[in-house]
Amino acid sequence: MSVATENEGLPSLDVVVPEATREQITGRTLRQIAWMRLRRDRVAKVSVAILLVIVFLAVFAPVLCGLLKVDPYTFHSEVISDNGGLPIGKWGGVSKAHPLGVEPGTGRDILARLLYGSRISLLIAGSAALITVVTGVVVGIVAGNSRGWVDKVLGRFMDLTLAFPVLLVIIAMSPVLEQRVVAAGVPDGNTSRVITLIIVLSVFGWPYLARLIRGQVLGLREREFVEAAISLGASNRRILFKELLPNLWGPILVYTTIAVPGLIGAEATLAYLGISVLPPTATWGSMLEESVGYFTVDPFYFCVPLTMLVAAVLSFNLLGDSLQDALDPKAGRK
Amino acid sequence: MSESTPILRVRDLQKYFPINSRGFSRRHIGDVKAVDGISLEVMPGETLGLVGESGCGKSTAGRAMLRLLEPTGGEIEFAGHDVMRMKKRDLVPLRREMQMIFQDPYSSLNPRQTIGSIIGAPFDIQGVKPEGGVQKTVQELMERVGLNPEHFNRYPSEFSGGQRQRIGIARAIALKPKLIVCDEPVSALDVSIQAQVLNLLEDIQDEFGIAYVFVAHDLSVVRHISDRVAVMYLGKIMESAPRELLYTAPVHPYTHALLSAVPIADPDRERARERIILTGDLPSPSNPPAGCVFNTRCWKAQDRCFSEAPVLREISAGHKVACHFPETGGLNAAAMTAPATGSDFSEN
Repeated sequence: MSVATENEGLPSLDVVVPEATREQITGRTLRQIAWMRLRRDRVAKVSVAILLVIVFLAVFAPVLCGLLKVDPYTFHSEVISDNGGLPIGKWGGVSKAHPLGVEPGTGRDILARLLYGSRISLLIAGSAALITVVTGVVVGIVAGNSRGWVDKVLGRFMDLTLAFPVLLVIIAMSPVLEQRVVAAGVPDGNTSRVITLIIVLSVFGWPYLARLIRGQVLGLREREFVEAAISLGASNRRILFKELLPNLWGPILVYTTIAVPGLIGAEATLAYLGISVLPPTATWGSMLEESVGYFTVDPFYFCVPLTMLVAAVLSFNLLGDSLQDALDPKAGRK
Repeated sequence: MSESTPILRVRDLQKYFPINSRGFSRRHIGDVKAVDGISLEVMPGETLGLVGESGCGKSTAGRAMLRLLEPTGGEIEFAGHDVMRMKKRDLVPLRREMQMIFQDPYSSLNPRQTIGSIIGAPFDIQGVKPEGGVQKTVQELMERVGLNPEHFNRYPSEFSGGQRQRIGIARAIALKPKLIVCDEPVSALDVSIQAQVLNLLEDIQDEFGIAYVFVAHDLSVVRHISDRVAVMYLGKIMESAPRELLYTAPVHPYTHALLSAVPIADPDRERARERIILTGDLPSPSNPPAGCVFNTRCWKAQDRCFSEAPVLREISAGHKVACHFPETGGLNAAAMTAPATGSDFSEN
């Protein structure tokens, strides 16, 4: 393929594109395409709506409980039977005063406990997700972009963290860690419990994302735009966070939407094992743990926190799926 | 031109890529000698074409000159600075003066940045505050390279290959450098677009007095744009000469073979054209042949070529060649004599 052989100069082939034609062809940015796809996606829209409702309920739990005149901590002995303490009435004691029934044994309002419980569950899952994502992204980018020993050390550290039997270590570590947290000046009780949980969930969460990001960076750093930045004299920091990071939003977003439900579930599991917040404070997990004992006689109590948990986890997962499809440039939707 | 001092002077530049053994020990067992001792000079405002077939180390050489790849050895002097011995950090301000245009317009622009921020990046990185603001300067640059300045807010994916290459050119000239290494800047483009981009590069050179090191494998493109041409083979320079001299009176057998491969636009002359077809592949740069590196494919090779590596020596003003038995008498003479002496190449 050659331009000219014997001719001294090349023919000038400056094609003039009329201005009008130029304007008609409007391209869309990747973000616009993703946004357009998401707006067309019914599953994504429903997921977002459900999540917004859950977050709204959690944020305004005190207001809503005030309006409904329910309280998560007050005992109502009048709505439970004297022998066995089971709720009086069908569906676990559903009534006007207690829209989702009452807790067996104590008569505490389930709706109020559920709403207040959402706050703690979402706080733990959200904070742990944030720490996990930030740590994972930073470590992943640094490891991926640095050749040699830095990458090796970080990589081995990730392998090591991933090799721990997570649940066992968390169960064994949490009480010790909580003592340290209290010793560092955090008020003993639920505050220290919540912070301990966020720490242990983050510590074992970040390597997954770090590995994912590292792999992405390994591919990206060979692209010529990175070399172009180096040839302009760009600092390492600029290359990491201005050149590489914007190309990683897709996987980060998708990972986050998958990590949050995992963390909600993890908190529930830990609460079930008794290492979450102290009673009488509720979370979805601790409610599930208590309700299991009454499953045969009062299954409705078990179903309420379970529904909430499943709704949140499912919405997050489906939203993650939709995001993955929307952000994939090769995915063609009909 | 010969009175002024070169803007870039490269002496005995080497770039070896180490080969390590597999497994745990990772012993160093050899080197890929991508660039093996090349010397060249580039005058201010001049274009030096660097040609050779794929894998001969021309792109590596271009990158090593800018220390985008760390050279293994040699000397690089750029505008009076000893680039080779400078610390990476001290090199940053010097990068204003030396720029690069890349081969692949699809991978050399960050897909997640707007054109405005891509072309504005040199100002941002180097901390230069242009008169009238960055955006205005960026739009002027876009206009200069033939892009619609209103498109500064768009993303690279919205542009064609030729337009993207113009964006890359605008980025490279943003800080008015003295030297641009062009790494096959048109080989990824359509022929019609190649001409436009080449013309743009020439116009810009005339306007700003930038020196180019123009790396390419397309001999016609190099002939069009270069003042001087250096031919590379297996990490070494085989021949370098002013453009016309090299194209009309090449003396190195390899240059002959290369030039004979250029098709001619006239069908009658094309049919009559003599071609030297080199047999075999490029030898492995990790294990180059002893003596002259071209001896495995040269039809004129004699005993001396297998024992002694020819040095690049000047045979006439500005015409250097690394061959023990350089041709004389021009292109046709070589093509005529070739079949008589060679058995390991064929004539087409």
